[in-house]
Amino acid sequence: MPILEVQSLSKSYRQMGGETTLAVGNISCQVEAGEFVSFVGPSGCGKTTLLMSIAGLIAPTAGKILVKGREVSGPPPNLVLVFQEFNKSLFAWRSVLGNVLFGLNARGDKLRKSEGKAKSLIELVGLKGFESHYPWELSGGMQQRVAIARALAYEPEVLLMDEPFGSLDALTRLELEDTLLRLWQELGTTILFITHDIEEAIYLSDRIWVLSRRPSRIIEELRIEFPRPRGQVTTRAETRFMEIRNKIYRQISSEGVA
Amino acid sequence: MSGSGKYNWTGWLAFAVLLLLWEIGSRSNPRLQLYIPPISQILAALSRIILAGQINAHLFSTVIRFLESYLLAAAIAVTLGVILGYFRFAHSLLETAIEFLRPMPSVAIIPVAILLLGIGDSMIVAVTVYASMWPILINTIDGVRHIDHTLVDTGRTFGLSRRRILWQIILPAASPYIVTGLRISLSIALILVTTAEMISGSKGLGFFILDEERSLQTSNMYAGIVLVAVLGYALNRLFVALEGKAMKWRRGMVAREAV
Repeated sequence: MPILEVQSLSKSYRQMGGETTLAVGNISCQVEAGEFVSFVGPSGCGKTTLLMSIAGLIAPTAGKILVKGREVSGPPPNLVLVFQEFNKSLFAWRSVLGNVLFGLNARGDKLRKSEGKAKSLIELVGLKGFESHYPWELSGGMQQRVAIARALAYEPEVLLMDEPFGSLDALTRLELEDTLLRLWQELGTTILFITHDIEEAIYLSDRIWVLSRRPSRIIEELRIEFPRPRGQVTTRAETRFMEIRNKIYRQISSEGVA
Repeated sequence: MSGSGKYNWTGWLAFAVLLLLWEIGSRSNPRLQLYIPPISQILAALSRIILAGQINAHLFSTVIRFLESYLLAAAIAVTLGVILGYFRFAHSLLETAIEFLRPMPSVAIIPVAILLLGIGDSMIVAVTVYASMWPILINTIDGVRHIDHTLVDTGRTFGLSRRRILWQIILPAASPYIVTGLRISLSIALILVTTAEMISGSKGLGFFILDEERSLQTSNMYAGIVLVAVLGYALNRLFVALEGKAMKWRRGMVAREAV
C-alpha cells in the first residue's frame, strides 16, 4: 500500500469578479514509503497549491488524499510541511533549541525528556553550537536547517517540502541538498519535494512528476536511477543527467508561455 | 530605549540641578513659597507623613486599585483584541463603535460611572479599566492581524489544536504589539485612578492630594504629588525590566532591522 495517495485532486479559486480559475487540475499519484519524489514545474503552475492541499492546509475542490490508505481531511498527523519562507515559518521568539523542541512537543513529547533529542537533531542538521541563537541571528541557509530539524523532530512519516531552497544562494542550496539527502537516508522518512529547479529535482529524487503550466497536470513521470549516495560533481556530470534535464526542459517549455 | 547600556548619569544631574533651581527660586520669593514651597520642605513633609503613617493607607489603596484595574483591563483587552484580530467579521461589526469611543476622553464617563456605581472602589476601578483598555485592545488587534499566515499554517501542519495555536503561536507572535499597548496603558491607568480618587472616595493618593489642598496644607499636597510621581516612575521601571526579560528575543532583532 502506498504511504501517500492523491486521487484526482483539483483546486479552483474564485477570483475577484466572480470567475473561477483552476489552479490544480486532476492530479493523481502515489508515493511509496521511503521514497524521495519531486514535483517539478514552472513558477506559478500551482505547485504550492497542490502541496498545501496535500498537507491539508487548504481544502481541495475535488479529489481525495489518502495517507496509508485512509482518507484524510485537514492536516494529517503523520505529515509535516516545510515552507519555502522559513523566515516566516520559524518562531522568532524561540531559540534554535526552542524551535526544535516545538516539533517534539507538538508530537506529544514531554519537555524535559526531549531536550537531548532536540540537541542531537540540531547536531544532525549541522547547527551544533547554535542551540541558544535566535533565528534572526542565523543566515538563510541555517534558518532553513532549523526548520528542517523542527520538522524532523515531529517524526513525520511523510515530509512535504515546498521549494525549501528556493530563496537561498546557489552554493548554500547545494549544501542543503546534500544535508537533506543524508538525513533522508539516515532517518528513512518519505519526502515529497516541490521545486522549479529541474536539476535539483533530478539530483534529489527517485521519481519526478513533471507538471504543466496552470492548471497543473502531470505530463510525465520519470524514474531517476542514479546510484546513491549521489555527488554534486559526479552525478551532475553524467550524460544521462543532462539528457533527463533537457527532456524535462523541453517538455515544460514546449507548453508555451503562460 | 532606556534600560540598556550605560546609566544616564547626566540626566540625573540635570534633574538635580532643576530641583536646586526650584529650591533657590522658592526660597528667594516668600510670596511664591506659599504656593510653591521649596523642595526640601516638600521632602520633609513627605518623610513626616510617611513616618506618622498618615499616607500609607492612601498609597496602599491607590496601588491596589491600580493593580486591580490594570490587570483586569489587560485580561479583557487582550482577549477581546485576539478575537477581533482573528475574526474579520467580529472586527467589522465593532470597528465603528471602537473608532467612535476610543478618541473620547475617558474621564467623560466618570459621571456615568458615578450614576451607575456610586462613589466607591468599583466606580474607580470601572473607569480605570475602561480607559486603559483602549491602547491594549487596539494594539492587540493590530498585532494579531499582522501575523503572517505561514505562522498559523506552521502550527496547523504540526497538528496543533486551535487552543495551542492561540497560546503557542498567536499570542507570542503578537506580543510585541501587546506589550506596546500595555506600556501605554500603564500611565493611563495611574492617571485615571488618581483622577477618579479626586472626584470620589475617601482614600487614595488622589483624594489625599486634593484633601490637603483644601485644608491649605500645601507642603503635604506636594508631598502627595511627589509620591504619585515616584509611584509612576517605579511602575514604569518595573515594567521596562519585566519587558526586557520577556522580550529578550526581540532586542537584537529590532536593532538589526533598524540598521
